[in-house]
Amino acid sequence: MSTLSIAAGQARGWVLPLALLALWEVVVQAGWVGANMLPPPSELVHTLHDLATDGALLGHIGISTLRVLAGFAIGASLALLVGAVVGLSRQVEAYLDPTFQALRAIPSLAWVPLLLLWLGIDEAPKITLIAIGAFFPVYLNFVAGIQNVDRKLVEVGGIFGLKGRELVARIFLPATLPNLFTGLRSGLSLAWMFLVAAELIAATRGLGYLLTDGRETARADLVIVAIIVLALLGKLSDSLLQHAEKRLLGWRDVFDGRAA
Amino acid sequence: MSTTLVQIQVEEKRFRAHQVIDRLALDIRAGEIVSLVGPSGCGKSTLLRIVAGLETDYAGRVLIKGAEPQLHSPDVGFIFQEPRLLPWLSVADNVGFEAGRGGGKHPRVGELLAEVGLAAFTDAWPKQLSGGMAQRAAIARGLFTQPALLLLDEPFSAVDAFTRMRLQDLLLSITAHHGTTLLLVTHDVDEAVYLSDRVVVMNSGPGRIAGDVVVPLPRPRDRRDPALGRARSEVLTLLNGAQQDYHDIAPDIAAAPPAAAPIDWSKLSFAV
Repeated sequence: MSTLSIAAGQARGWVLPLALLALWEVVVQAGWVGANMLPPPSELVHTLHDLATDGALLGHIGISTLRVLAGFAIGASLALLVGAVVGLSRQVEAYLDPTFQALRAIPSLAWVPLLLLWLGIDEAPKITLIAIGAFFPVYLNFVAGIQNVDRKLVEVGGIFGLKGRELVARIFLPATLPNLFTGLRSGLSLAWMFLVAAELIAATRGLGYLLTDGRETARADLVIVAIIVLALLGKLSDSLLQHAEKRLLGWRDVFDGRAA
Repeated sequence: MSTTLVQIQVEEKRFRAHQVIDRLALDIRAGEIVSLVGPSGCGKSTLLRIVAGLETDYAGRVLIKGAEPQLHSPDVGFIFQEPRLLPWLSVADNVGFEAGRGGGKHPRVGELLAEVGLAAFTDAWPKQLSGGMAQRAAIARGLFTQPALLLLDEPFSAVDAFTRMRLQDLLLSITAHHGTTLLLVTHDVDEAVYLSDRVVVMNSGPGRIAGDVVVPLPRPRDRRDPALGRARSEVLTLLNGAQQDYHDIAPDIAAAPPAAAPIDWSKLSFAV
């Protein structure tokens, strides 16, 4: 595909959002919908500008991003560790996997009261909740990936005398990378979701707090700005992972969307 | 050229109750090319895995250069039926896998890839190679440690006939250049006769050596050489237990041909 047609393809993706924005502006300016309930895009830009210039927005984004990064890092690392052990040993799997499957069935928000009881209202319960959210997708995909590694490739590792950690690093890890990225990406999106849940309940800073603040002061524009910033951050962080995925998984022999 | 490189004395190899190999002795001289042919289940692949050190549970003694076989010996290379390249490594890194991470930068990798005609594909992914090219890369990988003995398990059975002939010639010229001894398992009698100095024919149930056919022709050989055809018939005769006819059914069944029952037309239904 030429650069031009790629650009054209990306341009097509902008048509619908831009049309919706225009419609929104018109509907509110015409007075069909109250501006206090649905502030028009022009007002949102104004709010965003105000928040950005007094530095409040950057503070909210900073603290929320830090929480997501910390929770995601903890949850994903634990998932890698546990997943590697469960994936590589049928015996450990028999002991651990049923428990994890049961824990996974708990709606994550049900943890919130317990976490608040145990860990207070500081950072600890928020980061723990985010870590729980990020853990399961990474764990499940990683275990499935390890168990699907081609036996023949493992045998190649055997012929070359690879054992233990070397075998994991040079055969299992690269072979499971596609699954791992699927897990990491859905883990990250869940981390953002759980961040909002955590910050809605007990926080004095962060994008979730901005949402609560907007509701309590009856400022729909604050709520919508917070939503938009969350969407952008989620998309941005996912794009980073997607970029890494493209770079690291170029070797995969997969359907690339073009029929032969 | 008469030093013995491999001594194989396998008394018995069992998979649970099933006896796969029974009293098998085979010596291979340095520089010799030996093929193992035989019906499915005659234990020829198992024998190869024993020599490779992949199987250790057997009664007997195998010596390579006077030492027990072991996995990951620099003296022994192994080539599988499929190329089994690691898809996440470039062709060069696959060939130099033995040298650890970034093994593709080893100077020998470039030489080997040039020898197998893949110099232009050094940085390609395995997915970009055809079946024959992938198997050539696998041959280069098997030769990376410069092994004295190269074991091949039906190496060309997954490629088309033309590619197979080219790969056979490539294998012969490269291993002649490196002075490698070959032990090759194959189903293809033509391939065995064309490649080998000696074709070892095995019988099944349990696996034993039925005999061997020496092919004392110089290389390069002409595939149309009548001497090859004669060697081929000798191998086929050994394969069929010295019988010229080879109906693969038990003698008592063969002795009693099935009675031709008359067709009962009334029992048959036809779609009209």
